This record gives sequence, structure tokens and C-alpha cells, in this order.
Amino acid sequence: MTASDPSGAEGGLDPRSPLAVRGLTVTYGEKPALFSLDATFPAGRMSAIVGPNGAGKSTFLKAALDLIPRVSGEVTVFGRPVDQVRDRIAYVPQRASVDWDFPTTAIDVVLMGLYGRLGLWRRITGGHRDQARTCLDRVGMADFADRQIGQLSGGQQQRVFLARALAQEADLYLLDEPFAGVDAATERAIIDVLKSLKDEGRSVIAVHHDLSTVPQYFDHVLLINLRRVAEGPIAEAFTPETLTKAYGGRLAATQLDRLALSAS
Amino acid sequence: MMGAEFVQLSLTPILIGVLASIACALPGNFLILRRQALIGDAISHVVLPGIVAAFLVTGTVAAMPMMIGAAVAALVAVVLIEAIRRLGRIEPGAAMGVTFTSLFAGGVLLLEQSDTSAVHLDVEHALMGNLESLIWLDATGWSSLTDAAALAGLPPELPRIALVAALISLLTWLFWRPLKLTSFDEGFARSLGMPVSIIGLALVSTAAIAAVAAFDAVGSIIVIAMFICPPAAARLMTNSLGAQVGWSLVFATVSAVLGYVLAGYGPIWLGFSASVSAAGMIATVTGLILAVACIAGPMRARVGQGATG
Repeated sequence: MTASDPSGAEGGLDPRSPLAVRGLTVTYGEKPALFSLDATFPAGRMSAIVGPNGAGKSTFLKAALDLIPRVSGEVTVFGRPVDQVRDRIAYVPQRASVDWDFPTTAIDVVLMGLYGRLGLWRRITGGHRDQARTCLDRVGMADFADRQIGQLSGGQQQRVFLARALAQEADLYLLDEPFAGVDAATERAIIDVLKSLKDEGRSVIAVHHDLSTVPQYFDHVLLINLRRVAEGPIAEAFTPETLTKAYGGRLAATQLDRLALSAS
Repeated sequence: MMGAEFVQLSLTPILIGVLASIACALPGNFLILRRQALIGDAISHVVLPGIVAAFLVTGTVAAMPMMIGAAVAALVAVVLIEAIRRLGRIEPGAAMGVTFTSLFAGGVLLLEQSDTSAVHLDVEHALMGNLESLIWLDATGWSSLTDAAALAGLPPELPRIALVAALISLLTWLFWRPLKLTSFDEGFARSLGMPVSIIGLALVSTAAIAAVAAFDAVGSIIVIAMFICPPAAARLMTNSLGAQVGWSLVFATVSAVLGYVLAGYGPIWLGFSASVSAAGMIATVTGLILAVACIAGPMRARVGQGATG
């Protein structure tokens, strides 16, 4: 699915982009959650989706993946409709979206990342378990493989979720607030893994809420507040002007100055 | 107790009790993990007006019209719950509670007003079933199990509930992965392209089939108890879903056997002359098992241990 495959392109969306959307509109009841949003994420890069609370960041990911219904809009993943390329996508939901009291272990959660390839009935072999252990090792959780997931700390749970995504061996990683409520060691571990994914040529898109780390972690940013405010490389799209536009008066002038400095 | 008399009077009710308990406990595991345990309760209540209405329409107590009546009632209940939740803007649990108690009450009134004296259909039967009466008169001893003529005289409830229990076991085994994944992480399951809503609907429908089939033989008390108590007790025994389902089947079986024996012989051992309701005793035993698991289950302290956000 590269540029040499123009037949896969839909409605003029860039077929090389790991995720391209046009006119994406989502509503919750009568309340608009996203309005006519366009975005084209670059391949092999780390991209952040940034915006104030309630701006529609998580909604964007969910709507792009067809997890929630959209009112209108086109979405392509590597130039294809999402349903045709689900095996190339790994989605990491918000940690708070699941019940961690569920009777299962860390390695069992990682094995769920293989369900897409295993289908309904193919047996889980020792090879699959080794693979899951390797994924846990990559996020520094190898020693916790047989721990019930409710006994893990928030940061450890987030790492297990990332290990499950690694097991999917996807080309596009979509993460919803991967750094929310995690400790510094976990944040470091997660960012290292995401950077290694980028080095392998995979694309990473994360909903991110900590403005101060955006320039340090990411190459590309989509700034939204119900609509698209700005999109592009950090240096162009992550500026005091665009941030003021996205956040309104919610950012102090000193904050903006500091962010502008770190971006340049 | 283990001779011809046992085969004739106790074997079939015990088997039916065990199979009904298993059929309800299996889907109960997943309903509890999805925090939908109340659905089992709701279904077993709305079955009553459905069955009475089916009887009034057809004039018989044959299995097929009863099943259809119960299914229609379940459907009406689902629509009512949604309507009350949306129009009344109240939480789902309250909407469910209002719906199934009202429908059950309507069923009781309907039952009292209609002439069901000729058939085995009354409020007591609806609650407690007629487990003790499901005896195997044609049996003369254990050898009857290989005697085709005697087997033909088995109470029809037995093959029916056996079929349903087998079907539910098979479905649970076949669709283990989607059931597990959609119960744990719906968003992730959807991202894999799993038909999450259909799986949820199939689970509730399976629970409805179990409830209707079991209701016919053992009454709604056992159905309600078995949807919740064995899986809840099993959850306190283990941190593995597979082991939880295994424990729940053990608890369901033990409750049915022990409950039936205690109901039949317990009062006599204590010096009373009459036996007590088997359905009531089975539900009591499963409740006691849950109580013991709450006090002594190895995983009872798990909630709040982790630093979950």
C-alpha cells in the first residue's frame, strides 16, 4: 500500500498517509463533538493530537476507527477503507475505559493482541506465549506476566496495554492518552518504545494532553477544538498563535512563551 | 437411597436441577463481568407473562408456544426498558427494575384471571417449578438407563434442558475469545472489527433461552439464583476467566445436588415429617456457597488492591 497503488485511494485522500480524514463530523445527541475535520498524518512519524478538554481528541480516534458512528466524513488508512486494513492497525484505548478487576493476567491481555490473527479457534501455542513475553519485556513488564491485572499500578497497566499493541505487529499505532496518570518511569518507557516503532518505519498517532512535552516527543501535530485549528510539523503548527486559537484564554502568556521556546 | 427408588424418584429431578443450574450459570459468568447481572433477573421475571399469554392464545402448555411467548415478552421488556430509560431519563438499573417487576406483576394478575386449573400453571409453579414431580415412573432401577422403553418414559423436561445446556456449553466454547474480549475491552474488540453489539445481543439471547428452558422445569427462583450466585462465588476463587467458569459449574452442580437432597431428607433428619421445596433449598444452598466464598474465597480481597485509576 504505497504511492504506487493509486487505485486504493478514496476521494482524493492521500493514499500514502497512514490515516487521512476529510469532513469528519461526529455528534453526541444534538451536541457536535467534531465538526468537518480534515487531517492527513505523515507515514513513519510520531504525531500528536492536541486540544483542550472536550475538544474531541478521543472522539477523533474512535470515529476514525469506526468505533462510534460518524455523521459524515471519509477516512482512509494507507489509502484504504478502515475495514480492509484492520490487521495493520493497533489501537490502545484509554486505560480508564476497561474494568481492571477482570479475571485475567498481564500475559493474557497481551495474547489478546494476537486474537486478530488467531481468529476464533486457532490454538495459542508456546510460540505465541514467547512472543507475548517478548512484548512484555519490551515495555519492561516481563516480571509481571502472570500478575492479575488489577494488582498492577496505573503505569504498569498502561504498559501492558502497549505490549498488547506491540503483539499486533501493526503499521499504524493509535494511542488514546497513553501518558495519562502514569509515573515518570512509565512515561520514559512508553516514549522509548514508541520511538523504536518509528525507527522501524511504523506510524504512531497519540492523543496527548501535556503541551510541554509535545515538541520533545512528536514530529507532527494536529491541533483541534471541535474543528481543526492547525496541522503540520511541530515548528509550523505548534505556535503561540495556533495554541491561543485552540485554547482561547486558557493558556497564560508565560506558558505560551515557554512552549514557543521549546518548540524552536 | 441408591437403588431402584432413587432412579425412579430422585435421579431425573437431580439431573434436571443440575442441567438447569449449569445452563444459567454459564452465561451468568459473562453477564456478571459486564455488570449486566440484572438482565438475567429481568428475563426470568418477564418469562411469566409471556408464558401465560402464550397459554391464553393457544390453550396449551406445549413447549414451542411457551418459548415464543417468553421470547416476545423478553423483546417487549427490552423495548420498555429502553423507552423508560430515554423518556424518563433514569438510570438503566432502575428502568430494568421497574419493567420486570411490573411485567411479572402483570403476569400474576393475568394468571389469576384466566382459567388455568386444567393445566400445571400457577404462581407457585412459576416461582418454584415442579422439580419434585419430574419423576421417572417407568424406571425399575439403574438398568433402565439402557432400556429404550423405559427411556421413552423420561420426563420431557430432561431432554429439553439437556439440549439447551449442551447448546449453551458449545456456544460458550466456540465463541470464547469474542466473549472474553468484548467483556473485557469493548473498544479494542471493535478496533479488531469484532461485531461487538451482535455478540452482546447473542449473549443476552442465550441467557434468555437458558432462563425460559430452566423456568419450565425449575421455576424462576433457581434461574435468578443461578445466573448470579455460582459465577459471583467463582470469581472469588480465582483470577482466571477459564477457572472462574469451571468453578461456577462446580458450584452450580453442588448446589443442585446438595439442595435437592437436603430438601428431600434434611427435614426428616431434623425430625420433621415433611420435606421442603427443592427449588427453594437449591437457591438457598447456592446463596450459602456465595456467602462462604465471600468470607473465605482466596481472591476476595482483590478489589482495591491495585492502584487503578
